[in-house]
Amino acid sequence: MPFDFGKEVDHVARLARLSLEEDEKERMAGQLSDILKTARRIQELDTTGIEPTSHVTERPAVLREDRVRPSLPLDKALRNAPRREKGFVKVPRITVSEQDQK
Amino acid sequence: MKYEVIIGLEIHLELLTASKLFCGCSTAFGREPNTNCCPVCLGLPGSLPVFNRRAIELAVTAALALNSEIRLWSRFDRKNYFYPDLPKAYQVSQYDQPLARGGYLEVDVAVGKRRINLERVHLEEEAGKLVHAGHSIIGSGYSLVDYNRAGIPLLEIVTAPEMHSGREARLFLEDLRTVLLYAGVSDCKMEEGSLRCDANISLRPEGSSILGTKAEVKNMNSFRSVELALDYEVQRQEKVLSGGGSVVQETCHWDEENKQTITLRGKEGSSDYRYFPEPDLLPLVLENTFVEDLGRSLPELPSERRERLREQYGLEKEEAFLLTANRELGDFFEKAAKAYPVYDNLFNWVQGDLLYQLRENDKKVEEIDPNLLAGLLQLLDEGSINRPVAKELLAEMVQSGADPKEMVRERGLERISGRDRLLPLVEQVIAENPEAVENYRQGKNKALAFLVGKVMAATKGRADPAELNRLLKEKI
Ligand SMILES: [Zn+2]
Repeated sequence: MPFDFGKEVDHVARLARLSLEEDEKERMAGQLSDILKTARRIQELDTTGIEPTSHVTERPAVLREDRVRPSLPLDKALRNAPRREKGFVKVPRITVSEQDQK
Repeated sequence: MKYEVIIGLEIHLELLTASKLFCGCSTAFGREPNTNCCPVCLGLPGSLPVFNRRAIELAVTAALALNSEIRLWSRFDRKNYFYPDLPKAYQVSQYDQPLARGGYLEVDVAVGKRRINLERVHLEEEAGKLVHAGHSIIGSGYSLVDYNRAGIPLLEIVTAPEMHSGREARLFLEDLRTVLLYAGVSDCKMEEGSLRCDANISLRPEGSSILGTKAEVKNMNSFRSVELALDYEVQRQEKVLSGGGSVVQETCHWDEENKQTITLRGKEGSSDYRYFPEPDLLPLVLENTFVEDLGRSLPELPSERRERLREQYGLEKEEAFLLTANRELGDFFEKAAKAYPVYDNLFNWVQGDLLYQLRENDKKVEEIDPNLLAGLLQLLDEGSINRPVAKELLAEMVQSGADPKEMVRERGLERISGRDRLLPLVEQVIAENPEAVENYRQGKNKALAFLVGKVMAATKGRADPAELNRLLKEKI
């Protein structure tokens, strides 16, 4: 069964809250198909006896001590917020049904 | 048809660290919005997360307290979803390589103890907080976001689907909370959201081994609402099934005001979160000694304390249970017991008058000095004061923190006893109440109680009623 890239683009766009034009969707369906083709080629490699790897180094994570350090001043923290109100970031209202997508 | 109810819980709790999981921002509650934020917890480009050692320690401690098996190698993943409380558009969580697997909790249910198994325990980061402008769901057209909570270490505990009623789920949750409080990993306040619980619930015909379609219930903000919401959901699903319908896989919200669950919409599969390994965090690798040290320094857990209380103070099972479930009350009892080692009497006063006065005066047991109660009970045992006076002094002690010993000295409340001091009063009362005396002689016992009351009043309540009884009978 051929994979429906158009449908997949719709799905991912909805999850990412992106609204795409028809020509954008078409272009991205093509790109998505190419990316998956490349992944499929990589999967052809023989990996018998090799442990799955998620990171490029073998070193374990470093831990830091639990010490409070200064946070950003409010002004700086909100600098990238398109809209603000009383120190909050102001966002479009989220309906209950959207909330469930969490 | 009879149905079997299957419930599994997913619990989240905020760990008690000073700074966040991946950055140095404070976790303090109640700060001005967005003042505990930095490039890391706001997800600004170029910032990199670094593990907080304390958060790992607390997570391991919690897992050990829950008999869960620590995995020395675990990994963090990105859980992707778009929602304004998540500044990075993904939550750093653990997917297929969690910090701990398995575990269990022994819960006291109606039919004795029952072991509820856990599937996993893992560490993730807390989201920010949405403040909805306007009160109704329709409300105004925008929401406000505070990222102070974003990035606080959050522990997720997932149980096996092994509970069979709302009540069982509540009992489990209460026991879980007690264990986590004793382990010292979280303050576990459901009302403030530092302990939260979601539930999966399904019904199946009794005897069947196939799981029914489940609904997920969210937004239960107290132990009581967990029980109410799940009981409601059982009834709702039962109605659907016995009407020949089928339950739709869905998520619902518990509506506390109207005491019902509200369907949100069909639930999507977990693949929609598009989990993938967090490239910014290397795998978490723990030394065996790290885990062993935490295991050794694990504080006394509720089950151990119950056992010890029974052994050390000769308490009954229910008594030890009360003093363990209410940890502060248990601490109070143990401190008072050092100064007043008549344990059964001490327990009766703690469970009875003390708890009553705490409730009446809206006080916490931590505000009361255990040595004051010990002193009060000594006065009573020595016979320096009588029981009614002791009860009054206890009330005052709880209200104002005053020392009963000093109150007795200052106000001359010592018990009046002995023939020499009481007989004159008894004789005077007999002389003043000939009618009652006559009634008693004719066999009316109530009359004697009346006379005892009269003498008691003359002593301002400081005599022993039994002694007065004896003296009055002797004289009439
Ligand atoms: Zn931060």
